[in-house]
Amino acid sequence: MKRVWLSCFFASGIAMAASPPELAAGYAAEAARQSPGFQPSARRGAEFYARRFAVSEKMPACAACHTDSPLQAGRHAVTGKAIRPLAPRAETARFTDPAKVEKWFRRNCSEVLGRACSAAEKADFILFATEAK
Amino acid sequence: MRTARLIACAALALSLPARADRLPVPADAPPAFKAECASCHLPYPPALLTAADWQQVMAKLDKHYGGSAVLDEKTRREIEDFLVRHAATRSRMAGAGDPPRLTRSEWFLHEHRKLPDRTWRDARVSSASNCSACHTRAEQGSYREREIVVPGFGKWKD
Repeated sequence: MKRVWLSCFFASGIAMAASPPELAAGYAAEAARQSPGFQPSARRGAEFYARRFAVSEKMPACAACHTDSPLQAGRHAVTGKAIRPLAPRAETARFTDPAKVEKWFRRNCSEVLGRACSAAEKADFILFATEAK
Repeated sequence: MRTARLIACAALALSLPARADRLPVPADAPPAFKAECASCHLPYPPALLTAADWQQVMAKLDKHYGGSAVLDEKTRREIEDFLVRHAATRSRMAGAGDPPRLTRSEWFLHEHRKLPDRTWRDARVSSASNCSACHTRAEQGSYREREIVVPGFGKWKD
């Protein structure tokens, strides 16, 4: 039931507050529709976070702006602007606004990976950032 | 006589190229300007590029200086209208590049002409887009000379 509700909520595109686990569950449900049996994994999220995609010279990996740990404050690799930590433990507003989360995945994935991220990658990523300590 | 002098002074002040030490974000900025633009860089003053430049910048948000700044059309339009409303009219404020950069205008290059190359390469500066690396109150829209601290130099005296 929760899954149905979440997918309605994603499909409707209405901006509502959600918790990071709810957001991760929404992406996980979407991923499970594409590949049945999908389970989100914080470990895969950590690997994804650490991976060097090397598509962009100044932003070869997540760490280029967000540092090696999602618990630390980062710095925009081009403009030098301060970036608050990604982990909800360090920055409580993270992964609570679905529209904002989608916007930043859309921008950052195209910058760093040169393509959109899959629902599975998003679910893993949020789980990793949420569990980071 | 005194009035005439005052008028002459005022006329001169107005004709001077941009009083660039105070460049606050105009009060009619839509909330999206701060939320969307100022999340990656400081809110650049709209008066530092021409209207044609801003239109080009806003038409290519998918290729935004090596990044992506894609917006929904309503927000994009709202921000573009604001930028165009407050854009520069002088040709020396025209940017260069595709999309145009405000750091390549004749005015910008003139203002920064005395800075050595190594300052631009300094890791603490990293890019000309990083105004607050030297303009310590740039976030507040203030670019006064006495607030300038150049990494590796300290207080800047022109």
